[in-house]
Amino acid sequence: MATKKIKNRLAKDKAMLWAVCLFSALTAVPLFAILGEVLLRGYDQLSWSFFTEPTPTAYKAMKAIEAGEPIPGGIANGIIGTMIMLGMATIVAVPTGILCGAFLAENPKKRFAQIVSYLTDLLQGTPSVIIGIVTYIWVVVPMKGYSAIAGSVALFVMMLPLIIRSTEETLKILPQSLKEAGLALGGNRARVMMKVQLPAAFGGIFTGVLLAISRVIGETAPLMFTALGCSFIRFAIDKPISAVPLLIWEFFNDPNLQELIWGASLFLLLFVLTLNLIAKYLAKKWNQ
Amino acid sequence: MNDKLYKVLLFVTALLMPLVCGGIVYALVTDAYEAFEHFGFFHFITSQEWSYTDGNEQYGALPFITGTLMTTLLAFIFCIPFSLPVALFVGEYFKGTKVAAVLSTVTDLLAGIPSIIYGLWGFYTLRPLIMALNISTQGSGILTASLVLAIMIVPYAASLSAEFIKMVPNDLKEGAYSLGATRSEVIRKIVFPVAGSGIFSSYILAIGRALGETMTVTMLIGNTNNIPDSITSTGNSMASIIANQFGEASDLRFSSLIAIGLVLFLITAIINMIGKMMIKRARIS
Repeated sequence: MATKKIKNRLAKDKAMLWAVCLFSALTAVPLFAILGEVLLRGYDQLSWSFFTEPTPTAYKAMKAIEAGEPIPGGIANGIIGTMIMLGMATIVAVPTGILCGAFLAENPKKRFAQIVSYLTDLLQGTPSVIIGIVTYIWVVVPMKGYSAIAGSVALFVMMLPLIIRSTEETLKILPQSLKEAGLALGGNRARVMMKVQLPAAFGGIFTGVLLAISRVIGETAPLMFTALGCSFIRFAIDKPISAVPLLIWEFFNDPNLQELIWGASLFLLLFVLTLNLIAKYLAKKWNQ
Repeated sequence: MNDKLYKVLLFVTALLMPLVCGGIVYALVTDAYEAFEHFGFFHFITSQEWSYTDGNEQYGALPFITGTLMTTLLAFIFCIPFSLPVALFVGEYFKGTKVAAVLSTVTDLLAGIPSIIYGLWGFYTLRPLIMALNISTQGSGILTASLVLAIMIVPYAASLSAEFIKMVPNDLKEGAYSLGATRSEVIRKIVFPVAGSGIFSSYILAIGRALGETMTVTMLIGNTNNIPDSITSTGNSMASIIANQFGEASDLRFSSLIAIGLVLFLITAIINMIGKMMIKRARIS
């Protein structure tokens, strides 16, 4: 009787272990399914011209499909738009995010710092579509038109809390003695922050910036109402501009361009996943 | 740079946060005002009419609030049987091993995939599957959107719960083992009760993610402005109605969409704040 009960308990234990392993393995399936599908359907579209030519018009694409040829053109307009907007957003978000993070790390007990920390959480949790419509009200309405500037403002607002958090957390785990040694050597707080703490925290902050970039580079919703999109290569920052995720969304909605979806998605996916892996590798390296 | 200037510089940059958040609330409230004034706040969120024929414009948010709540709730239910095992795998069974590191890399990468690509995958792979299985005829709908949403939030729920499961003190577990408990009993009787509030709060944060997810839902939910009457029917979420109609909207419809944005903002803000507060409390105890 007793052994039967024990056997029962052991069997339950084993069943649980197997269930945990099985369902954990199942969780990995979507990653490989998505990667596999995008790779299989997209790899033959990637060519030199895919990265150097702008999107074809629907008419051109239709002609090519009728003639049984591959669709001409590529996503160069999107790549350049993404680079411009992300570049502008990063240039502003990195210094402000680092200073803000330094403020939080330096004054953990201050009431105002607690409010700022609270608001950082709030902003980080705000849905990206809301950042999109708010940036529309902030920038597009006064400027009377969609623009790359508006797009970069939206991306900036999304990156800011991520950089603030990673800076704050990295600065907080630095040994207190590091700061004290710098101060003891006669450096003032600003100098110690610039010459000792920030260099020591560089790895963590850099990882945070990479993750922030990889997080916003695939954002579509905030760009739909700010950058709008544009079918040719453009460098002006006060005019509508395209971005890679915006192009994917356009291709998805235009039956003539649907074949281009997979090449663009493959490019975006590989870019994002590589950035993630680099960030993870760096984080591990800097933690040792 | 002297200390005073440095302090002022930090303070001024930190002022940016209240400014940005205040700006968001201000922009949403002023532009939503027209809709709330026209329909009344309570009527706006309880009316299910959404028609933009000239002269008889009627906008109500109820179908979209329902759509958001249904997709989120379903995504939450679907994500549990995957995120909990992953959390146990990484945080308890294989804690600190190479396999666990691989699995957490996999979930991190899942979290990194842009939502528009999830949407494509859902549309071109999952939707035909749902049609083939005869679950629904058009393939898109609440169910399809929730399934993909669930995959998207598994990483968030799993990695945070794993953190709390890892923190369960060893002596508690060893005490149970010494009394003859099996591992599954230790997990059920020690790990879950001790890490429970932390695990719960990580699910709340995952729910916060699902509430505002836009592109995936827009591509998969079917985009009809009715209250979904079953989980296989089509609908619209608050985020997806904004994504669908914001570009072409003006005047009262524009204001109504902003009003929906404000409601969504408030719901996510409340859910996130509850989650963060619970996490803080769970970390301290």
